[in-house]
Amino acid sequence: MSETTLNSELLEHEEKKSLESREFGFWVYLMTDAVIFALLFASYVVLSKNSAAGPTSKDLFDLGHTAGETVLLLLSSLTFGVATIAMTSDHAGRVVLWLFITLLLGLGFLAMEMLEFYGMIAQGAGPGTSGFLSAFFTLVGTHGLHVAFGAIGICVMIGQVMIKGLTLPVRSRLVRLGLFWHFLDIVWIGIFSVVYLPGVM
Amino acid sequence: MLGRLTFEAIPLYSWVAMGGAAVTVGGGIAVFLLITYLRAWKVLWTDWLTSLDHKKIGIMYVVLALVMLVRGFIDALMMRAQQAMALNNEGYLPPEHFEQIFSSHGTIMIFFVAMPFLTGLINIIVPQQIGARDVAFPFLNSVSLFLTAAGAGLVLISLAIGKFSTAGWTGYPPYSGIDYNPGVGVDYWLWALIVSGVGSTASGINFIVTIVKNRCPGMTYMRMPMFTWTTLCISILIAFAFPALTVVAAQLALDRTLGFHFFTNGDGGNMMLFANLLWIWGHPEVYILILPAFGIFSEVVATFSRKRLFGYKSLVYATACIAILSFTVWLHHFFTMGSSANVNAVFGIATMIIAVPTGVKIFDWMFTMYRGRIEFHPSMVFTIGFMVTFVIGGVTGVLLALPPADYLMHNSTFLVAHFHNMLIPGALFGYFAGLNYWFPKAFGFKLDAKWGIRSFWFWIIGFYLAFMPLYVLGFMGMSRRMEHYADPNWQPYLIVAALGAVCVLLGIVCIAIQLYVSVKNWGSARDLTGDPWNGRTLEWATASPPAPYNFAIVPDVRDLDAFHDMKLRGIAYQPPAAYEDIVMPKSSGLGPILGALSFALGFAMVWYIWWLAALAFVLALVCVGIRACDDESEFIVPAADVARIEAAHLGQIASTDMHDMRDFQQVGAASGAPLPGRA
Repeated sequence: MSETTLNSELLEHEEKKSLESREFGFWVYLMTDAVIFALLFASYVVLSKNSAAGPTSKDLFDLGHTAGETVLLLLSSLTFGVATIAMTSDHAGRVVLWLFITLLLGLGFLAMEMLEFYGMIAQGAGPGTSGFLSAFFTLVGTHGLHVAFGAIGICVMIGQVMIKGLTLPVRSRLVRLGLFWHFLDIVWIGIFSVVYLPGVM
Repeated sequence: MLGRLTFEAIPLYSWVAMGGAAVTVGGGIAVFLLITYLRAWKVLWTDWLTSLDHKKIGIMYVVLALVMLVRGFIDALMMRAQQAMALNNEGYLPPEHFEQIFSSHGTIMIFFVAMPFLTGLINIIVPQQIGARDVAFPFLNSVSLFLTAAGAGLVLISLAIGKFSTAGWTGYPPYSGIDYNPGVGVDYWLWALIVSGVGSTASGINFIVTIVKNRCPGMTYMRMPMFTWTTLCISILIAFAFPALTVVAAQLALDRTLGFHFFTNGDGGNMMLFANLLWIWGHPEVYILILPAFGIFSEVVATFSRKRLFGYKSLVYATACIAILSFTVWLHHFFTMGSSANVNAVFGIATMIIAVPTGVKIFDWMFTMYRGRIEFHPSMVFTIGFMVTFVIGGVTGVLLALPPADYLMHNSTFLVAHFHNMLIPGALFGYFAGLNYWFPKAFGFKLDAKWGIRSFWFWIIGFYLAFMPLYVLGFMGMSRRMEHYADPNWQPYLIVAALGAVCVLLGIVCIAIQLYVSVKNWGSARDLTGDPWNGRTLEWATASPPAPYNFAIVPDVRDLDAFHDMKLRGIAYQPPAAYEDIVMPKSSGLGPILGALSFALGFAMVWYIWWLAALAFVLALVCVGIRACDDESEFIVPAADVARIEAAHLGQIASTDMHDMRDFQQVGAASGAPLPGRA
């Protein structure tokens, strides 16, 4: 009996160390992702005036719609923060609740983005129309894809919190998912100020 | 159902291509039959493919690199043969086939020889050099390996099903775009790069975290061995640079597959964007390949000169400088593509500045050898050969860094000679030195030195014969990648270059014989102490081959040459008072499965088999999800087992096997006593 407790102590100690590495590794991963976005931004800036014979950003962007998306995404970051606070005070139920709200806001954002993309493609402004639109769809779409993966991650984590409770690895995964989610917020602010704002001005 | 994959994909268009396909398929079948005959499938799966042991993963990387080296070298031999004979005639290769060969040669040598070779050596050695029991993320390590292998598999299968890219290893649009290159070749190239690039990025992250977080007590940054330092620097380079490759490859894939307009001629594309993005990855990549070799040279030169490395700090700072500067020079790859004179000047000057820290390194190694007792071990011989040859490449590099001179030499064989002059001595000789140096660490017996020296002489003579004529041909105006030509003055030089390639072939044969002879005589060349060369750094403190956990007791480091210091203090090979339980990662089959799925994904994307691509992608996500929910990925090696393994190892070591350290007792100025013969 004492040997198993000793073993579990050792495993827990190693687990803590490994989780620490994971969090640092996740920061490094986010940096590589930031490089990807930086280069997609650079590509967009280079190509943003190359609308060829197709529509320009002025014809296509609707700042009101984008403002709606922004509100949803920023709010979702806030609610994720609330979920993290609930985690630090050990309220598993509240964590699940706030994660669920975050998920809804994230899905709302995705729905609005799909609507925007669908509308653009319907009026003949798909990614194959011009260099400008290729860069636009790739940059904004890559961000959207990240949000979609984040949403899957939230689903998985809701499941883990409900089944496993707030164990050490689950907490660490939640913290990392939170980093990811907030990172996407920062990227979105970049998209708003580099793509949409100059696009309508 | 099968997209654009039809029976047309089988290369019936030429006998040479058919032969290549037959050799590839035959080789695959032969390996399959051999494993079946040896009944080794189970061992292969449980002990190797699913293993998360960094040493085994490293060995698998190096095996992959050596196999691909042979493939890439056959390409080189075929090109040299073609150019040696194709004066005013078509030679034996049709133009399109010749283009495939030079494209696959570059792609294979960079992505599937150099990258896995250095990643393998790092995997085997770096955790041991920093006193760690494994890398930070053993599972991710396995995934990286199999993503690299999947990329290599895509290049290999392009020989048998379809064609490879004809657009060179850099694949510049618009020629690599769908309008001018409608087949599957460029897609094979792109997906091999994307799949293996993701694996490399993950390796980079893994090594950064390993080195930052897993160092043993006392192993401060300024006590890390040079090889570990170069690994840290290139891991940071990988993390910054490889995302650029992923982005640019994905953009070209979108252009080709979904009709986007990033790099097309019309509709608002901008092909200069491709050149910039590619070389933002591509130039740091050169240093990613070369810096680990510099680390190996630093280890080898200190060990076989029997001296502490000269100017350790300056080597560290020089490495860091090179790493930073490597991001500031990418434009020198396209001086001729329309930048203003001022822009070219800035990048030209930045390029020349890189020669300074590199020169510092050369001097440090020479001063390490100065007044040392040099032993001409094969790894040391490769190091000396590198130092002499690399300087020539560096000088031609500074020449090319001058934009006006570059205008004359751009895309000539002078350039080809220059970068081979960097990468063969600068990277490959380093990896060979590492292979000879660390082989006993990985396998427990030494490589045959005689055949090692022979392989060196064939390699270096072959190198000079093959590439010095290309410098001359560049001055004579020969463009690179010519399938045939009309100037009879070129042919003698090209024949000499072909002879050089044959000489290199003999070098490769020597390596094969060296491996064979060494395995045959392994009993007489065993390394019982774990320290065959009287080494200085911590990897020599473990057994050869090391126990799965490397170190039974995590060492406490007091000096830059940690193990050398332990031997001097007489605490090496001392069993501790008590052993402890050790936590190790469990094996996992998800790594090879993810590799197979990404291969299927790449293959499906090349041939437009959408259902297979979607299926592979979803299954890969499921695998990641399964792993993300796994809380029981580790197990415990009980202290009793550790004690048994360690006792067996220490029991093998007779005191006569240990190195005599009396020679290293501090004398002269270091001991405070005056040197003999001086005032």
